Formats: sequence, structure tokens, C-alpha cells
Amino acid sequence: MTGNTIVEVKNLKKYFHTKKGMLHAVDDVSFTIDKGETLGLVGESGCGKSTLGRVMIRLLEATSGEVRFYGDDILKYSSGRMKDMRKRVQIVFQDPYSSLNPRLSVSDLISEPLLVNRVCGSTAERTGRVLELMDTVGLARRLVNSYPHELDGGRRQRIGIARSLALSPEFIVLDEPVSALDVCIQAQVLNLLNSLQKQFGYTYVFISHNLSVVKHVSDRIAVMYLGKIVEMSDYQSLFKEPLHPYTQALLSAIPIPKVGEKRDRLILEGDVPSPIEPPDGCRFAGRCFYRQEICTRKTPELHEIEPGRFVACHFARNLSRRSS
Amino acid sequence: MSEQINKQPGQSMHGIGAVFARLRRSPLAMLGLAAVIALVLIAVFADYIAPYGYAAQDLMSAFEPPSANHWFGTDEFGRDLFSRIIYGSRISLQVGFIAVGIAVFAGGFLGAVSGYYGGRLDNLIMRGMDILLSIPSILLAIAIAASLGPGLFNLMIAVGISSTPNYARIVRGSVLSIRNQEFVEAAKAVGSSDLRIILKHIIPNCMAPIIVQSTLGVAIAILTAAGLSFIGLGIQPPVPEWGAMLSGGREYIRDYAYMTIFPGLAIMISILALNFLGDGLRDALDPKLKQ
Repeated sequence: MTGNTIVEVKNLKKYFHTKKGMLHAVDDVSFTIDKGETLGLVGESGCGKSTLGRVMIRLLEATSGEVRFYGDDILKYSSGRMKDMRKRVQIVFQDPYSSLNPRLSVSDLISEPLLVNRVCGSTAERTGRVLELMDTVGLARRLVNSYPHELDGGRRQRIGIARSLALSPEFIVLDEPVSALDVCIQAQVLNLLNSLQKQFGYTYVFISHNLSVVKHVSDRIAVMYLGKIVEMSDYQSLFKEPLHPYTQALLSAIPIPKVGEKRDRLILEGDVPSPIEPPDGCRFAGRCFYRQEICTRKTPELHEIEPGRFVACHFARNLSRRSS
Repeated sequence: MSEQINKQPGQSMHGIGAVFARLRRSPLAMLGLAAVIALVLIAVFADYIAPYGYAAQDLMSAFEPPSANHWFGTDEFGRDLFSRIIYGSRISLQVGFIAVGIAVFAGGFLGAVSGYYGGRLDNLIMRGMDILLSIPSILLAIAIAASLGPGLFNLMIAVGISSTPNYARIVRGSVLSIRNQEFVEAAKAVGSSDLRIILKHIIPNCMAPIIVQSTLGVAIAILTAAGLSFIGLGIQPPVPEWGAMLSGGREYIRDYAYMTIFPGLAIMISILALNFLGDGLRDALDPKLKQ
């Protein structure tokens, strides 16, 4: 986490105006991502992980904060400079059924980024690049004139990946890239993403609600709850010794494929509170087993309690011992 | 297996061929299509079909009832009504298609901008359209035609403007439903400009309702144009416009009813044909209605 940092997010906030008040989708989030690593971003539906991913590449405008790309705050870029930046930061969308224009053929879809950024001069050059990209993501060349609705989910997602690779980006936000696919295709796409990373040295943010998938691909994992990162560390220590009570509950919910296996399941009570005008204090306090008086008064900051391990809990040190 | 799949034509679901195949299942729509094609052919080849010129007067044979020489009879100047109706199809179709063209273009542009950008601009444009919509379209057309003065071109503008709000609403609605789809965001993510997104991603995906509305709109435009000509604000004699002919025959309706019946029939048939076609297209373009 030194000179190798590619993306640094600082105090990033994204609020939405709603009729009931301010919705705090992403609330004061800070972290860094090193070049070539995969940061897994997990959390339940509606916790703001997709919003965070979109704000990071400016598909949504942040309310405040900074996103530094090689030390430069891209949130301050003019629209012209941002257009150049789009070549370097890309996104793969969750749903390959709705993220591809049904009226465009595979070659139109993959050549769109090349066309709008005037990357390839001639039509022949562009066609060549499209075919090359199709090879890279494992799409048969004969599909070049097909339409998305003729292809299965896995192939569609490969088109989406090819589109995001077309401009040779350095940093890719993967917004639940496999959650709309069935399990065996999930594995194919994950392996593809993995081998692409090895081949081209991409840096990924991998957003998912599926812990087993995140465990499979991530170097480090950040756990989000209600717009905040509650815990972040490398994946081994996070799975071996979760420090935040929410992470503990989350991990205890991963099913173990073994008959008769019994274990201590931490069942959380209540529902996720509303992200609209959240009260002071820890967001998780209402459902926490270890709640103390201070939790409802003071918002815990994300502290580095061991090198590389960040937790936002007043009692993180005590809890690690208690749970083990 | 995969080879077989690949042999299927590229646009099996949404191509023109598929729409036509579904259209063919509706006999009324095919009847409408045939009549519209016939109408277009008549308009194009009017010079060869019409036995007389549209302004050729023959006072000796004025007010002749339908006969072998004059299929639809003659008017007060002895002009052949059949020829005049044939030539009239040119005017009516011109007015219908060009007026709708103006309305689709203007309404489509306003609706797309309004739906895509939203906010204050949307409010401004759509409230303006609401004002136009609150005035009955025929009244609006009369007002515009009256202020521009009579004439073919002004008639088209009047009819076009009076139906613009309808298209603006339809396009805005479709744009709103498509704007939030992920593929629009995906286009933004690779750096597409707003103009490209509207033209390449949004408009092509909301063509179906526009096609249907404009087919029906041509019928309405023909009727509005005929109405304006009927009250003297549209085409001026001796140009043979069906509405104007209707108006001319009105004075003689007691003794020479055929002078109003035939132009009236011409209007009715073309509007019916366009409506059948429009309804058929609406069903054919909506895959959800597919049996």
C-alpha cells in the first residue's frame, strides 16, 4: 500500500435526494487499491456497493470526497478530460441481458468503444480488433453478426467483458459480473476474468453479494454495511478471523456442503435499517450482539488495528478474542 | 447443433421479416396494406389512370350523373370527378405524409430531449406541449392555417404542428422507459456522447410506438386537411383536394349527391385502410401480443 497504489478513495460520499430525506448510499468511505490486485466488495442488497462502484468511475457524480487515480482526483476532471479517462477505467455490468442494446450485433457492440473513442482508424483495423477481442474473451468468431438475444447469458457477459477490455483499461469495476449467470457459467466467467488479469495486469474491484465467489477471486475484501465499510483486510485473515460482528454473522451464513455439519450460526435480529437520514452512532448497533452504550452515540471510524486490517468497531480488539 | 442455430437469420426476433410475417396473420391489416399500396400507386400514376385533366372544363356536360364516360359523374363545370379524385389522392397523401413527417420530426426531437435530460427542460417543453394539447387539434390547425393563410404548404405545417404534441408525448414516454436501462449506462461508460446515445441507443429502441402512431396519424392528418379545405382554409380550387371537393359539392347535395359521395368515399377508404394497417402494425410490433 505504498507507491503501488492505483486508486485511492478518500471520504467518498454519495447521497440521493428522496421524498423522505437524504439517502446515504455511500457514506464517508475511504480505501486504496494496489495495482494488479482484486478488491472484493461484499455486502447485502442495497448497502451501496454498486453505487460505490459507479461513483468511482463517475457514472454517478459523487456528493463529496475524492477518487484519486495515480494521485489525481478524477472527480475534479472536466468532461473532456473525463472522456480520455474513460479509456483507463471501465466497468462490467451485472445483468448481461439488459446491459447490451438488443438492436446491435456483437460486432457493433464490441466496436462501439473503439468507435466513440476513435481508437482504430480504419474499418478494417476495427474489425480486426473486434475479432481479436472476441478471441481474448473466448467468443467464437462465427458469432460476430449475432444479436444478443440469440446468445446465452455466459456469451452475453463475454460481450460485456470484451466491450470493457476494448480500450485496454487499467482499472475495471466488476459489478456483480456473475450473479445473473448459472453456476457452471459463473465458473467459466470467473476463470476468464482471472486469466485476463494475469495476462494484462488489470486491477479489479469485484462487487458481489456472494461470499464464496468473492473469496475465490479477491486478494483483499471490504465488507459494506449500509453505505459504510465495516471491515477490510486480506481474504485469509477475514475468513479465518472476522473482527466486525457483522462480518462474523455474514460468514456464519455461508452454507457448508456437508451432511450433519453443525456449527454456531449467528442469527441477526431485525432488518437493515433505512439508509435515509441514519442516526448517529454505529450503523450496525441496532442488530449487534455486543452493543454498548457508546455504539449508539459515536460512529466508529475505520481503524487499522493490525497492518492491513481495518475494522470500524469500538470493540474490535476485544471481539476478536471473544469470538475465537 | 450449433451450426444449425447459426444458420437462423440474424434478426429472427425483431427483423422486418418477422414483423411482416406477424402482420400477414391479420387479414384486416393486409387489406389495409393493399389499399394503402394501391393508393400510393394511384397517386404516382395519376397521369396515366385519369381519363381527363383535373381542371379540364366541359360546360356542355356539367352535372352529369355517373356513366360510362364519366364514372363518377361531373361537377358544375363539367370536370370529370373520377379524374379529380385520382389527382386528389396526390394532394391528400402528400399532406398526410409530409404533415406527419413534420410532426414526427419536431415531436420526436422535443420528446427525446425532454425525456433524456429531464428536470427543468423537460418541464418547460412538456408544459408547452400540454398547452397545445389542451386546444382541440382541429381548432389549433384552423388557427394556424388561418394565420398562415391558405395553401398546400401552410396546410401541411398547420396539420403538422397541431399533431406534434402527441408524438412528443409518445417519444418522451419511450425515452423515459429506455433511458434507465443498463445498456444506456454501458454506452456512457465507454464514453459515448449524449447525441450518440439518443440516436443510436434510445431512438432505435422506441421506434415501434412511433411507427404505429404515425400510420394512424397519416389518416388523421388527411382528415384534418380535408376538414380545413372544406371550410376554405386549405387547398384552393381548382386543385382537386378531396375535402375541397366535398365542400364544392355541398351546394348541390340535394340534386347531385354523387358529387359529395365519391370524394367522401375516397377519404373514408383511405383513412380506414391506414387505420387497419396501423392497428395491425401495433399488434405485429408488440411481441407480447404474439400468440
